[in-house]
Amino acid sequence: MARKRMIQAMNEALIEEMERDPSIVLFGEDVKASLFGDTKGLWKRFGPDRVRDTPICEALISGMAVGAAAAGRRVICHMMFGNFVYTGMDAIANQAAKLRYMTNGQIKLPITYLAVSGGGRSAAAQHSDAIHPVLANLGGVKVVMPGSPADAKGLLKSAIRDDDPVFFLQAAGRGGEPGEVPEGEYLIPLGRAAIRRPGRDLSLVAIGAMVRPALKAAEALSGEGIEVEVVDPRTVVPLDLETILASVRRTGRLVVVDEARDTCSVASHLAALAAERAFDALLAPIRRVTVPDCCIPYAPVLERAILPSVETIERAVRETLAWRRPT
Amino acid sequence: MVVGGSNLPREELLEMYRRMVLIRRIEEQLARDCAAGKLPGPVHLYIGEEAVAVGVCRHLSERDWITSTHRGHGHFLAKGGDPARMMAEIYGRADGICGGFGGSMHVADFSRGIIGANGIVGGGIALATGAALAAQLDGDGRVAVAFFGDGAANQGVLMEALNVASLWKLPLILVCENNGFSEFSPTATVTSGSIAERARPFGVPFREIDGNDVIAVWQAADVAVRRAREGRGPSLIEARTYRTRGHVEYEVTFITEPYRDEAEVEAWRARDPIDRFARRLREEDPGVADELAAIDAAVEETMRAAVRFAESSPEPDPASARGQMFATAP
Repeated sequence: MARKRMIQAMNEALIEEMERDPSIVLFGEDVKASLFGDTKGLWKRFGPDRVRDTPICEALISGMAVGAAAAGRRVICHMMFGNFVYTGMDAIANQAAKLRYMTNGQIKLPITYLAVSGGGRSAAAQHSDAIHPVLANLGGVKVVMPGSPADAKGLLKSAIRDDDPVFFLQAAGRGGEPGEVPEGEYLIPLGRAAIRRPGRDLSLVAIGAMVRPALKAAEALSGEGIEVEVVDPRTVVPLDLETILASVRRTGRLVVVDEARDTCSVASHLAALAAERAFDALLAPIRRVTVPDCCIPYAPVLERAILPSVETIERAVRETLAWRRPT
Repeated sequence: MVVGGSNLPREELLEMYRRMVLIRRIEEQLARDCAAGKLPGPVHLYIGEEAVAVGVCRHLSERDWITSTHRGHGHFLAKGGDPARMMAEIYGRADGICGGFGGSMHVADFSRGIIGANGIVGGGIALATGAALAAQLDGDGRVAVAFFGDGAANQGVLMEALNVASLWKLPLILVCENNGFSEFSPTATVTSGSIAERARPFGVPFREIDGNDVIAVWQAADVAVRRAREGRGPSLIEARTYRTRGHVEYEVTFITEPYRDEAEVEAWRARDPIDRFARRLREEDPGVADELAAIDAAVEETMRAAVRFAESSPEPDPASARGQMFATAP
């Protein structure tokens, strides 16, 4: 164990996996300069064949990832910002997500798409979307959202070794977050949620960047004797519904925090699933803490006003606990 | 045997003829099947364009990669795909090459380097560029060919591919089949300038050729494939051809106004790539007529066998409809 930032944990995972598997090729925009630090040093270490700066052409690189994977390579494709995934969307939605199914499983597509997703840094509307609901709805790509540096390492290594297209979404503004990270071989399987903090009163499911404010809210509430169970799904595709519903059955109450626009957020999906499958266990309506259906604004005060926060999470928890069936 | 300035072995010429006729007979059958209501989905026929797929694919082995288009039966067959399993796929049957999950627009056979037909216009270009990158890294002389139409030439991804393939000297051959129509729009109404010359500013060699002349296609592809195998980078070939059928076989049911002149179609039919090639072969060697007739008969039987195979194949099991989304199931 050593204390590292999330971006260093990712860098470590990339180096270890590229050392381990010489078939891996990594490409994307400015991966040599490494805007975020995750691909730092890779070009020097692995050379210009395996680590390639591409022009700014997402439509091509997202599709090249598919072609190179179909032709036998393990591919890491850096899309930079989540919003740039939209410009590469044909190859992602129509090719990567469908080629295996359409050809009846003739091929594997071992691709890891990296992108920074979500807001909180005054990057404004075109650099701040939380893109996981869009990707999760495609059906054919896996979506990984680490909530801690250790998870970032363990999940990225698993994503790279996975034989399917995986989106590894690093939460914007969380790259510098420190935490204990295991050295060397450390793998977290995709599709296994983690209970970050046990609690008896309410299940608080927090996705990706929302794990940190959820834990802070839980800590604060604990001081008042409210014990919140914080569940981190870690991957939204595949989704560990079993762990989430088991928690809901224990506590009888569910709040989901998701840094996505409300309509068709993963929070909405989880709320629907919990209502369908654990209705009998629910003591109060399910609450979702999401982003209103608007763009992410620039000015810090505006952005803070719409992103979920410790305060809005706390409020949702309190209101859910205070709910009484109307008489 | 010297045909059209080429000096190709007789067997090679006859094999090119055989493959073109195979594509033609299979697709004529599909046209009949479609008219008879036997096909569950849309089919886009390649009739009249066979020389392009065959002239290019004769330079490729099963280890080379191709990506194709929504009009992809010809590429599949020219690259050595199994006609019976393709037919079963288009019939929506369990023994189809994709188990009935893909259909006409997605026939693929990765074991033969056929990354597949593609329902997205221009969708194969980036895939072929990626396969070319993998081939370059493997360093074993493999190449990737992207077949695409004049319609796809107007997708931005072509420019992106020309740029990257040229920068990285990828073993990529971009083959534009300019068949005169972008779905229902005549090419000239939606395309400015020359498609071939779009390669020029990227430093990519290009040629515009008669796509209805299989020898001309063979010769242009020979140069481009050789260049790619030698690590000298990509090329673009614009093959001028003509789509003698409609965009899609069902179009008579929804296109009410004619979008082209019947005289134009007739003029191109007179330049049919198979008739022209057979005529040249006979001119060169009158004795070849018997061999061509034997090929015709054998292909006819292959087509009938493909239909029998497809018809006798069961429909897929509805319980399998969720298919194989992931290699590692969640």
